Amino acid sequence: MKQFVPTDEELIEQIRKGDNRTLEELVSRYEDRVYNLAYRMLSSRQDAEDVLQDTFLNVIRGLDSFRGQSRFSTWLYRIAANAALTKIRKRSRREKSESEFLDDVYAVKEATHAGVVLPDWSSNPATRLLGSEVRQKLGAAIRELPEVYRAVFVLRDVEGLPADDVAEVLDLSVPAVKSRLHRARLYLRNRLSGYFEEK
Amino acid sequence: MDCQGIFEAISEYIDQELAQAKCRELERHLRTCHNCRVVIDTLRRTVALYHSIPCERLPDEARLRLHKVIKLTNAE
Repeated sequence: MKQFVPTDEELIEQIRKGDNRTLEELVSRYEDRVYNLAYRMLSSRQDAEDVLQDTFLNVIRGLDSFRGQSRFSTWLYRIAANAALTKIRKRSRREKSESEFLDDVYAVKEATHAGVVLPDWSSNPATRLLGSEVRQKLGAAIRELPEVYRAVFVLRDVEGLPADDVAEVLDLSVPAVKSRLHRARLYLRNRLSGYFEEK
Repeated sequence: MDCQGIFEAISEYIDQELAQAKCRELERHLRTCHNCRVVIDTLRRTVALYHSIPCERLPDEARLRLHKVIKLTNAE
């Protein structure tokens, strides 16, 4: 027999009637995804847990004003992404400036113009196995992205959201999402090149 | 399309969002340009690597703390 799975909107309707167990069900549905998003943006379990709690507390406080113009998941991602961005901004560690970042992004373009033959590591065996060393390298490279590039990249390429959902979550236009995604990808490609070429 | 134009169109190309005419132009360029082929293949690999990172699971203690906080907030 097919099990009935209520939609997010049906759960919200129940919560508004005061059903607290349904609230727990809604939280359970999204807690792993919110935690993963926060962890990928912050690379810290403690900070990711803080963002997770802040996100759901803000959801509870704002649920009465949620009118359903966008999907619940989009609204939730927006709250979570903003909480993670706030956390990044509060950190004292110096983030890479946008101009330093863009210099790195287009270094490969200049190398091509200068006639340098680029090495191809796309078939390197180390890229086939996602061992802990490779995972650490991937995480370290994400941490170097300026915050808004990191948010776009994590939402689009790690969480797998469509570009128009990312635009809605981050309050950007779709072309802005695409151009930031492209730059973030080029930057990460360059960072991984140095690593895989040595393998 | 030259290397300059290719650089700006690569992401849309690997996401299969590039207009058909531009796509054909880009593929024509790729037949003769080693560096652009390398950038596309390694960029595609980069995206695939990130996509294959396993989801970071919420630790059980953190899950318990979250649900406790929610219960307390709701009881207020």
